[in-house]
Amino acid sequence: MKVLVAVKRVIDYNVRVRVSEDHAGVDLAHAKMAMNPFCEIALEEAVRLKEQGIASEVVAVTIGPKAAQEQLRSAMALGADRALHLEHDEALESLHVAGLLAGVVEEEQPGLVLLGKQSIDSDNNQTAQMLAAMLGCGQATYASDIRVAGESVTVTCEIDGGLRILALQLPAVISVDLRLNEPRFARLPDIMKAKKRPIESRAAQSLGVDLAPRVRTLRVDYPAERQPGVRVDSVDELVDRLKNEAGVI
Amino acid sequence: MSSEQTVRTLVVAEQSSGEPDAATARVVAAAAALGEAIEVLVVGSGAERAAEQVARLAGVQRVHCCEAAHYDHAAAENTAALVAGMAGEYTHLLAAASTTGRSIMPRVAALCNVAQLSEVVAVQGPDTFVRPIYAGSVLATVQSDDALRVLTIRPTAFDAVGAQEAAPVAALAAGEDTGLSRLVDEQLVSGERPELSSARVVVSGGRGLGSGDNFRLIEAVADRLGAGIGASRAAVDAGYVPNDMQVGQTGKMVAPELYIAVGISGSIQHLAGMKDSRVIVAINHDEEAPIFQVADYGLVADLFEILPELVEKLPRHES
Ligand SMILES: Cc1cc2nc3c(=O)[nH]c(=O)nc-3n(C[C@H](O)[C@H](O)[C@H](O)COP(=O)(O)OP(=O)(O)OC[C@H]3O[C@@H](n4cnc5c(N)ncnc54)[C@H](O)[C@@H]3O)c2cc1C
Repeated sequence: MKVLVAVKRVIDYNVRVRVSEDHAGVDLAHAKMAMNPFCEIALEEAVRLKEQGIASEVVAVTIGPKAAQEQLRSAMALGADRALHLEHDEALESLHVAGLLAGVVEEEQPGLVLLGKQSIDSDNNQTAQMLAAMLGCGQATYASDIRVAGESVTVTCEIDGGLRILALQLPAVISVDLRLNEPRFARLPDIMKAKKRPIESRAAQSLGVDLAPRVRTLRVDYPAERQPGVRVDSVDELVDRLKNEAGVI
Repeated sequence: MSSEQTVRTLVVAEQSSGEPDAATARVVAAAAALGEAIEVLVVGSGAERAAEQVARLAGVQRVHCCEAAHYDHAAAENTAALVAGMAGEYTHLLAAASTTGRSIMPRVAALCNVAQLSEVVAVQGPDTFVRPIYAGSVLATVQSDDALRVLTIRPTAFDAVGAQEAAPVAALAAGEDTGLSRLVDEQLVSGERPELSSARVVVSGGRGLGSGDNFRLIEAVADRLGAGIGASRAAVDAGYVPNDMQVGQTGKMVAPELYIAVGISGSIQHLAGMKDSRVIVAINHDEEAPIFQVADYGLVADLFEILPELVEKLPRHES
């Protein structure tokens, strides 16, 4: 079974984002970029499926500018067998990304598609569900455990009230959550080897998906700042202030 | 959309065993900010009973009720197909940004070939919305050019609507069971405690607690205050508490009257889930901890010394 993993280049999760001077967006010019943490987890799971002899091939795909090939190199260093790049310079919406991934699925015919549940830039949490809809297949979101057996996959999903375990027919689309696994670090020799491996790159437009924007960002702002607080010296003072000043207890 | 187009909104409500989810009244509030024509869809076993309550939410004009078991357990494939089939009648489809809404609505949007907007925190007009991005570090004001807008609403950003005389409830024929996924099991955390995302007070513990056993200290404080209990990702990852207690960018969003963070450093991802709380208290022995930057009241101290004393000195919650 082939496993397709989508990976996204995003700002590193430790970086504090800055609003651009004209408030048109955030300033990413010199920001440190990395693979979206949830995509790392999806990739790790695919590689483990291969190590267990369940997956025969792990294909990583990214959609983004030329620089996103850096994340594909990381993916190969971590164990992806092949890397596909759909080049596109402008930011895309989840609907477009799902449409492009549906095109890739058509060509590659994977048994399983793994994606992160959200990317930490747009925080959309949409692409996996949209892709599943376009493919007409089953979906599982927020996976914290994945077990493939024969023609089906059993997925434990983290939901608001606890856990839900679903069985899906393959092919299926799964979005992964933080507790699915702990991604490994790439080893230096693998990083070196990955530098020389081919990346199958082509223009995203070549897939014939309508990439016209549906949503325009009018402006971005920092949220209202909280008023600076005070230090209290004792439990007595804390309880007194909560009762008499804030009126919350 | 031309601004003259009449707004007509369908709210996809959640219910379990006939009890509508508390967030529904807040999503209806977001719908009311769009326009007066508000209808609600309730699906699954128990939908008929839940629909009676939903019909009494102020502003609701009609409730569509589809009592069929293949919509239970947030069955995304079946529910999305049903909602997409109704979409032609509406300009806006809304659901709560819960794990259920976030699972269903993108699927609906894709079936309708439109964009979806997640975690909307403000409605500025029928096509213009505000939503947090980058873990809530910034707010984006976005305009949607699609004729149908599919939104998930962050419930804590809207005040629940009040009550009204019951609106009419209409039975809706069930769609097909797609059979694409099947429920194997559900392990729900039974709650004697207030639900985290709607609790008036939340007490959260982090890695500083050091073990699951030590969370008893947090429980004691929460008992005193009648509070819900939350946690940081580090506390959940370490296995101190279950996943449904995680507050943050990738956990639950809470905005209680009072949030008490104990042994939590205040990472940007944690802050994303709680910084809209009205009053924030931080207890941490590291005075440099970033949590103090958002705290209204900060106490630099060892939590193991402070919590027992706090339990003793807090007034007892009357329920
Ligand atoms: C993609 C991604 C998503 C994430 N999503 C979330 C999320 O949704 N929610 C979330 O919380 N995190 C999330 N995180 C993790 C986040 O970055 C932090 O790692 C996490 O919040 C840290 O938890 P903590 O504050 O409990 O632990 P730490 O940062 O280790 O802080 C522990 C604190 O306890 C204090 N302490 C220790 N002992 C005592 C004592 N005896 N008395 C008083 N204070 C004490 C310490 O001074 C310290 O400040 C995410 C990370 C990533 C990469």
